[in-house]
Amino acid sequence: MAAYALRRLGQSLLVLALMSFLVFVGVYAIGNPIELLVNPEADDAERARAAQALGLDKPLLVQYGVFLLHAAKGDLGRSFVYNIPAIQLILQRLPATLELALTATVIAILIGIPLGLVAGLKPDSWIGRSIMAGSIVGFSLPTFWVGLVLIMVFSVQLGWLPPNGRGATVSLLGVPVSFLTLDGLRHLAMPALNLALLKLSLLIRLTRAGTRETVLQDYVKFARAKGLPMRRVVGVHVLKNIMIPIVTVIGLELGSVIAFAIVTESIFAWPGTGKLLIDSINQLDRPVIVAYLLVIVAIFIVINFVVDVLYSLLDPRVRIGSAAPAH
Amino acid sequence: MLRTIRIAAVALCASLIAFTAGARDREVTIGLQAAITSIDPHYHNLSPNNGMLQQIFEPLIRRDENMKLVPCLATSWKALDDLTWEFKLRKGVHFHDGSPFTAEDVAFTLKRVPNVPNSPSSFATFTKPIVDVKIVDPYTIVFKTATPHVLLPSDMAAVLIVSKKNGENATTEDYNSGKAAIGTGPYKFKEYVPNQRVVLTANYGYWGGEEPWDKVMFKILSNPAARVAALLSGDVQMIENVPTADLAQVRKDKRFHVVDKVSNRVIYVHMQQGSDQCPPGVTDKSGNPLAHNPFRDPRVRKALSIAINRDAIAQRIMEGQAVPAGQLLPDFFFGTSKKLKPPKYDPEAAKKLLAEAGYPNGFALTIYGPNNRYINDEKVAQAIAQFYSRIGIDAKVQTFPSSVYFTRASKLEFGYMLLGWGTESGEQGSSLRSLLATHDPKKGMGVTNRARYSNPKLDQLIEQAMETIDDSKREKLIQQAAELAMGDTALIPIHYEVSNWATAAAYRYTPRTDQYTLAMGLRPAR
Amino acid sequence: MRIAADRAPLEDGRAVRAESPWRRFAAEFAQSRLALLGLALLVLLAAVAIAAPWIAPQNPYDLAQLDVLDSRLPPGSESLAGKTYWLGTDDQGRDMLSAILFGLRISLTVGVASTVAALALGLALGLAAAYFGGWLDAAIMRIADIQLSFPAILIALILLAALGQGVGKIIVALVTVQWAYYARTVRSAALVERQKEYVEAAKVLALPEARIVFRHILPNCLPPLIVVATVQVAHAISLEATLSFLGLGLPITEPSLGLLIANGFQYLLSGKYWISFYPGIALLVTIMAINLVADQLRDVLNPRLKR
Repeated sequence: MAAYALRRLGQSLLVLALMSFLVFVGVYAIGNPIELLVNPEADDAERARAAQALGLDKPLLVQYGVFLLHAAKGDLGRSFVYNIPAIQLILQRLPATLELALTATVIAILIGIPLGLVAGLKPDSWIGRSIMAGSIVGFSLPTFWVGLVLIMVFSVQLGWLPPNGRGATVSLLGVPVSFLTLDGLRHLAMPALNLALLKLSLLIRLTRAGTRETVLQDYVKFARAKGLPMRRVVGVHVLKNIMIPIVTVIGLELGSVIAFAIVTESIFAWPGTGKLLIDSINQLDRPVIVAYLLVIVAIFIVINFVVDVLYSLLDPRVRIGSAAPAH
Repeated sequence: MLRTIRIAAVALCASLIAFTAGARDREVTIGLQAAITSIDPHYHNLSPNNGMLQQIFEPLIRRDENMKLVPCLATSWKALDDLTWEFKLRKGVHFHDGSPFTAEDVAFTLKRVPNVPNSPSSFATFTKPIVDVKIVDPYTIVFKTATPHVLLPSDMAAVLIVSKKNGENATTEDYNSGKAAIGTGPYKFKEYVPNQRVVLTANYGYWGGEEPWDKVMFKILSNPAARVAALLSGDVQMIENVPTADLAQVRKDKRFHVVDKVSNRVIYVHMQQGSDQCPPGVTDKSGNPLAHNPFRDPRVRKALSIAINRDAIAQRIMEGQAVPAGQLLPDFFFGTSKKLKPPKYDPEAAKKLLAEAGYPNGFALTIYGPNNRYINDEKVAQAIAQFYSRIGIDAKVQTFPSSVYFTRASKLEFGYMLLGWGTESGEQGSSLRSLLATHDPKKGMGVTNRARYSNPKLDQLIEQAMETIDDSKREKLIQQAAELAMGDTALIPIHYEVSNWATAAAYRYTPRTDQYTLAMGLRPAR
Repeated sequence: MRIAADRAPLEDGRAVRAESPWRRFAAEFAQSRLALLGLALLVLLAAVAIAAPWIAPQNPYDLAQLDVLDSRLPPGSESLAGKTYWLGTDDQGRDMLSAILFGLRISLTVGVASTVAALALGLALGLAAAYFGGWLDAAIMRIADIQLSFPAILIALILLAALGQGVGKIIVALVTVQWAYYARTVRSAALVERQKEYVEAAKVLALPEARIVFRHILPNCLPPLIVVATVQVAHAISLEATLSFLGLGLPITEPSLGLLIANGFQYLLSGKYWISFYPGIALLVTIMAINLVADQLRDVLNPRLKR
């Protein structure tokens, strides 16, 4: 187990280094930050001074080397634009993104699993079929377009919900959260639903498939034959059995929810990290781009690791270390 | 007894309500488009910062809403000779911490400006010409320059004075945290959260008289739809830059009041003409480079200018938020010429000029432009392409995000490029010098001349103007230079952007031509 | 549904008689009316996209045909020249109906082209990994793992920010984020096939390796690949639209459906819904049609769901 964790950590560090190098080259290829930062009336001397101040006068490889040296000490550099440690900018905004992603996941679970169960238990009824047809629609809707339609219906036409932004926040264990205030909830509803839609469809399909397989298993038939009420059979036997793949997928998809939040955040002007990333790309604020990716990748790695461990706990057939699951 | 208590309670409630309502009325929230990147007034020479920080700090000379120079911390100034300037300072001004403002603070500020670590765009440009500072008495200071520097008063309008007592060894962080953010301005610094908000409170002892607001909160709402929505929902009392798409609707709405004003930003086209080699994006109609650079022919440049229907762009694409341009600044600015009207739309004459220049069948042209820098930039580029297709030019449009665009434009990778220029000095001379003087960045001439246009006669006029301290003589020289350059179609001016502000109906904003959004301009409606 | 699928060929004498694999596949596919509807829609959309230059009222890419004075007209308005804009116009005076037809063309091209290219690349790498094994296998699969552990949108976003705009560039980005799915699918299918007797037999017969791979292993890996590929076409179209929406995809003058939607976004609050709403419907119908087909393909081609 320890050896496995170490190997994973080693691989992850390699990925992080590779990723940051690619970003360095990438930003270099996009454009010169000095062009955007310096006042256009500035002469050559001022440009040279600014380049030197930001460390952009050195060759790219040297810049990368400097970055690695500092990163090894836990310093990911300062934003070119704000002159604030990049990591600080990101951590300021991470709660908003995590709140959005987690709320979306909770919505997907609360709606997706029951619907999937129904569709799985009554696959040929009209309700089962409608749920499946609905999930195909949900699967097909591009996230950003749903966002637009939501705004159009609930903000422009009906005027029920605010079209964008994050509501009032309160501090929960030192982290500003908005889901505890009414204003916050009103702001959170549309973006969270928007982000949840894709995962919702996925969960419906997964739960249905799992349910259909499980209800045909002997022990479920047994339980039914014993005369146990359907509610109990489903609640205990079926649900328990289909939970393993579902937990895995929820865990793995959490990463993609965080990444997809970029789209939702830019539609609903949600002040999260995704918007920060887009802004930073537009301003060529390289330290922030690099730091964002490193933080997100680190989150992914942690999630993947936790899922692997959970998986092995839930399913004794899987032994961590010998045959890691495919993900 | 019970009755009295009840009456007392009602009275108490009423007075409480009145009190809180009063307090609320003295608080305003304003939605800004662009992020404020620092509270350090000498860290980043960036328009949104400069506007925001003017409320906390003050310059020696201020610009009014028409960018005219008016006294601020200096009550008067004059050139003693070509190289010496004397500033008389205002007496009885105090910093927010109560310490008095004197010439020491000015001298300290000038020393600090070039030495701010990590500054991505320094204010040293404005202080560099000053080679010596002499404090005559606490309220008189004298600056020496090495060469005649006519823009010195204008430069002093860009440098905000910080306090020596609080500023010594202060870092940019100390300003952001508020520790050093102590100025003389009408508002005091309260809070700064990067990319989210800036909060200011009133400076009750302000020398210029008290402001009507106790507290002003600036929210950064960079998404245009978010900004409008915040105004519509009453979240904020004022926003800047209502997007053109929503303008008509907000104007119609009785709950709001919209003001606008032409700005100092011109949208123009540079045509690369540094050499006779055919520039990028220009070919014949089958895609082969032309034998010569067509942009070197003034007839072609003129044809490309008069083929553009500026009125249609201003009305349809910009929804009235633009004024057709015939030079680099609207004609109420210093150094502009009343003779330079926007070129008249005349596609027939344009065709004729092209034929005279040897392109009777036109050529193929790629119009390069940014897609997230100026108001509707991408749409303006497409509209220009539409007009060109009517004079026989095969026009295509290629746009890039500004992160990519300006780097490539500076590397001269584009032939025909849509650009913008805001003249911060308010003098047409400085825009002519940056955009059209022969490219020589060491001398600070033609630093942004991406066309590589070069005209010795123009250079001479500009240089002469830059050494003429006498305002009326200088203005004549600049006007002459502008008429020369525009007559040669050295660049194609398209329009001046109009900036707008929308307030709730109970407020009025005095619109500014420098596009700043200042709490000092916001007043309750009468 | 399942029972019906079992019984159908038996009850229908002709179906039994003509039971070629292709016929059987078609019959099974036709079991779902929804899938048939999807297929019909898909064929229709493809036909419309291909025929766009001939059936569209206007060529939206030809700037000479646009008139700024006709901009932002609501659906059903008449142009200055007396033509009717059935779905309205956008801010450049582009006829939305024509723009949607041409946009559909671009969206489908990008989706299909990137899928085919990613399929080819993934197939080659996956087969190589399965067949040769060893360090090559390890290397390819490690890269695929790393790639798949990041959300596609993030990789495509960074890639496009560096590459710039253009149809070719967006295809490159989409191939980059998609090849790993195919490589992995092919590899696992091929590994199973490799163990089977017929491959052993072919090896014993000393048939050339290329022949073994292409004539024997490859055809047997195809069914799962087809399923993955259909789903991925829909994904690719959706991803392209999303990237274009974020301003990182195609150039403005030749808009795909996604870009049309993005363009209209800013007019949403002021009630000019048609600029983004109709392209959105077109995009939704396209992706849904593909997904309906893919869904049924999965059921038909998946051996695990076979009775």
